[in-house]
Amino acid sequence: MIELGLELSERDGWSVLAVSGEVDVATAPRLRERLVGLVGEGRTRIVVDLEKVDFIDSTGLGVLVGALKRVRTNDGDLALVCTGPRILKVFEITGLTKVFAIHRSVDEATAAA
Amino acid sequence: MKVDVVRLEVPALPEYLALARMVVAGTARIDPLLDDERVDDLRLIVSEACTNAIEAMRDRASSNDADGPDADGTDRDRAVAMRVECRLGASRVEVVVEDRGNGFDPEALDALPSVTDPSRLTVERGLGLPLIRTLSDEYDITSGSTGTRVWAALYAAAAAPPPDAL
Repeated sequence: MIELGLELSERDGWSVLAVSGEVDVATAPRLRERLVGLVGEGRTRIVVDLEKVDFIDSTGLGVLVGALKRVRTNDGDLALVCTGPRILKVFEITGLTKVFAIHRSVDEATAAA
Repeated sequence: MKVDVVRLEVPALPEYLALARMVVAGTARIDPLLDDERVDDLRLIVSEACTNAIEAMRDRASSNDADGPDADGTDRDRAVAMRVECRLGASRVEVVVEDRGNGFDPEALDALPSVTDPSRLTVERGLGLPLIRTLSDEYDITSGSTGTRVWAALYAAAAAPPPDAL
């Protein structure tokens, strides 16, 4: 099985999910399941930290879009942390930099709201 | 003109996707036509094309199979191959991904709302082909009831695509 790291921590009332590895059609279901689980537990203020993600394609983006929709319908919010040019480029091409709040650090993401 | 060809045929299943990316990126690095950023573009193009193939075969399996798919959404007994080909030419790297799924209408994607439209949040698919279009220098997608073929080419920095390119 291809490794996808998912590490959860709490910061100032936010659930911070640090993702590592490659997010594609093989691994995205695990990310989706985790995010759906968080919202199900009532944790609707979520930061997804993508700093240790080596690769993400449109399937991974789709999961993040789905999670954003899900937290918003529950009066929550979802922010991303990403500085890697390779990963940022995928968000830029798909226009998703206009959809997501993308921050340079977890501190910045949790302070922004 | 020199063209080296590397072909890979793997089951159209999610767990083979990383391997397909690795083989194409590794092939592209044999002849340093493309810099690292362009190899990353190629990796993403392959991932998107193969994901379309995997989903097409999954849809076909679930529409043909009375038993239905396994619990994880796939059906190993009926997993059919996808073909991935990487061609190293003198001035460009080409990649071809083929499946034998039910095909789709590439034009239909143009009807999706823009990503900045709030209603677009209801659509989690359809981001893959725009990535292929943007990241390749040339591409061609043919799709019909017998399958889909995605072709994309990336040119070396010094070599521009021919003026009559798509």
